[in-house]
Amino acid sequence: MGAQTEDDANVRVWEVARGVAWRTLHNVLTTPALLVPGLLFPLFFFTAFAGGLSQVSEVPGFDYEGDYTSFQFVFVLLQSAAFGGVFTGFGIARDFEGGFGRRLLLASPNRLGILVGYGLAALGRWAITATMLTIVAVVAGMQVGGRPVDVVGLYTLAVLVNVAALCWAAGLALRFRTIQIGPVMQMPVFLLLFFAPVYVPLDLLSGWIAAVARFNPVTYLLEAGRSLISGVPTEVALAFGLGFCLIAVFAVWAVRGLRRAEIAG
Amino acid sequence: MAVPPLLFPVALMLVNSAGLEPSTMLPGFPTDSFLAFALAVPFIQGALFATMNAGTDLARDIQTGFLNRLSLTSLRGSSLLAGLLSGIVVLGLIQAAFYVVVGVFCGVRFASGPGGVLVLLLFSMLICLGFGALGSFLALRTGSGEAVQGMFPLLFVFLFISSMNTPRDLIAVDWFRFLASINPVSYLIECVRSLIITGWDAKALALGFGVAVVIAAVSLCLASWALRRRMTRT
Repeated sequence: MGAQTEDDANVRVWEVARGVAWRTLHNVLTTPALLVPGLLFPLFFFTAFAGGLSQVSEVPGFDYEGDYTSFQFVFVLLQSAAFGGVFTGFGIARDFEGGFGRRLLLASPNRLGILVGYGLAALGRWAITATMLTIVAVVAGMQVGGRPVDVVGLYTLAVLVNVAALCWAAGLALRFRTIQIGPVMQMPVFLLLFFAPVYVPLDLLSGWIAAVARFNPVTYLLEAGRSLISGVPTEVALAFGLGFCLIAVFAVWAVRGLRRAEIAG
Repeated sequence: MAVPPLLFPVALMLVNSAGLEPSTMLPGFPTDSFLAFALAVPFIQGALFATMNAGTDLARDIQTGFLNRLSLTSLRGSSLLAGLLSGIVVLGLIQAAFYVVVGVFCGVRFASGPGGVLVLLLFSMLICLGFGALGSFLALRTGSGEAVQGMFPLLFVFLFISSMNTPRDLIAVDWFRFLASINPVSYLIECVRSLIITGWDAKALALGFGVAVVIAAVSLCLASWALRRRMTRT
């Protein structure tokens, strides 16, 4: 009897999640104003960084094994994963600001399914961006030194970043329930990403940025991602550990946000 | 409205210059301070904000019907445009002065001296006039603040596909160097940069001022034409 109840609860979570994910993805895919920036910005950053800064790899001490295109690809891939989560957070805020979120809370037999649904939508949305980005990078001649398992590891790291960013943004969206919270969702993620070794390896950074980067978890995700694509995996376990820690912390933040939204009614 | 154009370009410059400082070790890099090299960028980025500010203000006036009511008065279109752009140019001057102060505070020494700083302020006003007129044109044609805001990423593309982070002769990728060379924003940046790190470079100044004058003239013509059409329709 207990097992039956648990099965029912799981089914309800997935039913809700599927509905929310489908609706969110449908909205994104049929609204160019939502779809296009998310697709174009990563491609644009990739073009500007990999194309315009490739000479930076000639700096003495730049000891990365692969080419500069793959060096920047990893950054832009993780950036697109993070912003895939944040942009989905904008959608959550819009849903709750417009009153749809309230109806969603009333209609859902298991409200955790709402969060899972938004998470699936964030992943689906980012998958489209990542596919386009990967095609462009390969066409641009990016060297991939890693084995297939390393490449899978890189994309898995990006998935962790996507989920963590979604949980962060969802927590804010559910607490404030207004799109005006958008800059607060976006700015810390932007800063975390750019306070990492974006253009050169960590060892080449100096001054305040080096000090900040050493305490920034994104640094280790980025360095591990780059080591995976270049075929010389280093500190991968640390990066995965940090990725799961970020998800754990922000999942609690998001679930508590959901509870706040429930209480607000 | 006045704060983001001041702070955002400076924040981006500080982060980028910290990350790209090792670039100065490249043979042929024109300065040993990436901050001095990057200080040119906020001036142009601030002008892009002028586009958005001018366009969004005017679009709001169109959307709320204020421009319709104005068109019933004896106000001349040229006065309206002049008033709007004067505000943008003054804002551009304040932005430029702020960037100069930030640069000096961070230890950048202007190779062209105090005279160069004055030329830099004048140049900033000119490009704010050009980009402000461009924003006005966009607002008058679309009548939508959202549409004007939607152009921002496109303007950002011009900034990023330029010599903002690397001197053109050090860009190794041919197609990128080509795009940067046909991008007028590169010449605007290089004009400002020459005053900061080179001194008085006649070629860079001529190219920069030439491009800025052309952008301003074309944008003003387009904005005046669009305003006439908008006033006629209403």
